[in-house]
Amino acid sequence: MGARYFDYMATNPLRPEVLEAMMPFFKERYGNPLSLYELGQSAKAALEEARSKVAQFVGAKPQEIIFTASGAEANNFAIKGLAGAHTKKGRHIIVSKMEHHSILNPARALEKEGFAVTYLPVDKHGLVDPASLEKAVTKETTLVSVILASPEVGTVEPIKELAAIARKNGALFHTDAVAGAGYLPIDVEALGVDAMSISAHEFYGPKGAGALYLKGGTRILPLIYGGIQENGRRAGTENIPAIVGMGKAAELTKAELPERVRKLAQMRDRLINGVLGKIENVYLTGPSAEQGELRLPGLASFCVEFIEGEAMLLMLAAKGIYAASGSACSSKALKASPVLLSMGVSSQLAQGSIVFSLGMENTMEDVEYALGEFPAAVRRLREISPYAGGWGKAKETDQCIPKN
Amino acid sequence: MYSEKLMDHFTNPRNVGEIPEADGVGEEGNPTCGDVMKITIKVENGRIADAKFRTFGCGAAIAVSSMVTEMVKGKTLEEAMSITKEAVADALGGLPPQKMHCSNLGADALRLAIEDYKKKGAAK
Repeated sequence: MGARYFDYMATNPLRPEVLEAMMPFFKERYGNPLSLYELGQSAKAALEEARSKVAQFVGAKPQEIIFTASGAEANNFAIKGLAGAHTKKGRHIIVSKMEHHSILNPARALEKEGFAVTYLPVDKHGLVDPASLEKAVTKETTLVSVILASPEVGTVEPIKELAAIARKNGALFHTDAVAGAGYLPIDVEALGVDAMSISAHEFYGPKGAGALYLKGGTRILPLIYGGIQENGRRAGTENIPAIVGMGKAAELTKAELPERVRKLAQMRDRLINGVLGKIENVYLTGPSAEQGELRLPGLASFCVEFIEGEAMLLMLAAKGIYAASGSACSSKALKASPVLLSMGVSSQLAQGSIVFSLGMENTMEDVEYALGEFPAAVRRLREISPYAGGWGKAKETDQCIPKN
Repeated sequence: MYSEKLMDHFTNPRNVGEIPEADGVGEEGNPTCGDVMKITIKVENGRIADAKFRTFGCGAAIAVSSMVTEMVKGKTLEEAMSITKEAVADALGGLPPQKMHCSNLGADALRLAIEDYKKKGAAK
């Protein structure tokens, strides 16, 4: 029995059709799209076809798609490139506390360069309140960036409302749709966004391919200067096999989305109900069980009290179940998930974070298997934990200084 | 990421529990930061006759606790006091660098348990 993979937010397997579409571009069609002979023009045609497919996937025009090497690059590009290109208007940007590091860290880098950054708070479900954006936006604000959906807790943000507020105040609006793009119908026109990041390996495409949608006529500074690729906005010989794979994955995702959503939401709800029913002192993070439409299909995230996430992951891995955690110990930075803390989850409870993200290879039988093994793993770790009977005198502190 | 030895102590931890009416109790760490270890010891004739632990924390923290309770049994108090974090890590076949500080609290918790025993003795 192979492992049961419940970590689709980390990455997805490549669809066989996608790999097949990519293969000729590693071998016979290896040309550079800038070359004017047939070999180059054949690659150029494939590049533009992929661009059209990605554009259709998000409801954009082909010329509004800029390929990047990752979702993180697209996010960095949006934050630094858009803030940097609009300094005549001002030097203030707004991001939410739900953002990925690839939004937060470029925002922090801008702060060091003299930009002002406002970090929008979220409620206990991880939702950004549009009223808080109304309050935060100023005449100087050039850019607002709020994640479409959280890979950690699954919360789907009110992007349409938020984007309208930005627009009304003359600020650009970017959304990080990396975690949302394979799971939610996306139309950039309907959302009203000026820029949006996506990543191919989150919807069964290859790693090494991402894109930034940038509304026509919007100025941006490149991150990578060089040749005229991507209309001079992103230099470097294009990763044609990966881009072709992204196009194919986008096409499949668009066609199959309703079926995927239906299947994933069904498995997600079974997993959530099963975990909440079988384990005591476990909390659903993100939208409540009644707010299903605000939660990514396929994402079930919890905090399990009195035990730690990394230990849970190892226990589950030993049973062939692969999941994720936002606990301090499971992160290389040794910090509990800032997203969970922003939602008001106590730092000791955040240690018990566990995230199951489902995908199309999962079956209901996988979910039942996980529901059989997970409670046993929790029970075992609670037998070991000194807190099985409650937190007792354990106090929260803000500072964790490692002892030598 | 973890050695086979460490995974063995995580999957089959030795000496889990609490000694009733323990001679010494030591607790180190903070759940906010990740790891907490509580070690209880029984002392007979100047030697550690038994040691048990309860741990809140990651795989490394649990394995460290298990290993330190194994290492300490039968040792004199002096020998037990001299068990270092490095020695525990080595016995587990090494720890990843980021786990060296935060999860390697077993030797500290043990030392606190021995100090607790000595303090109780002085009070008697």
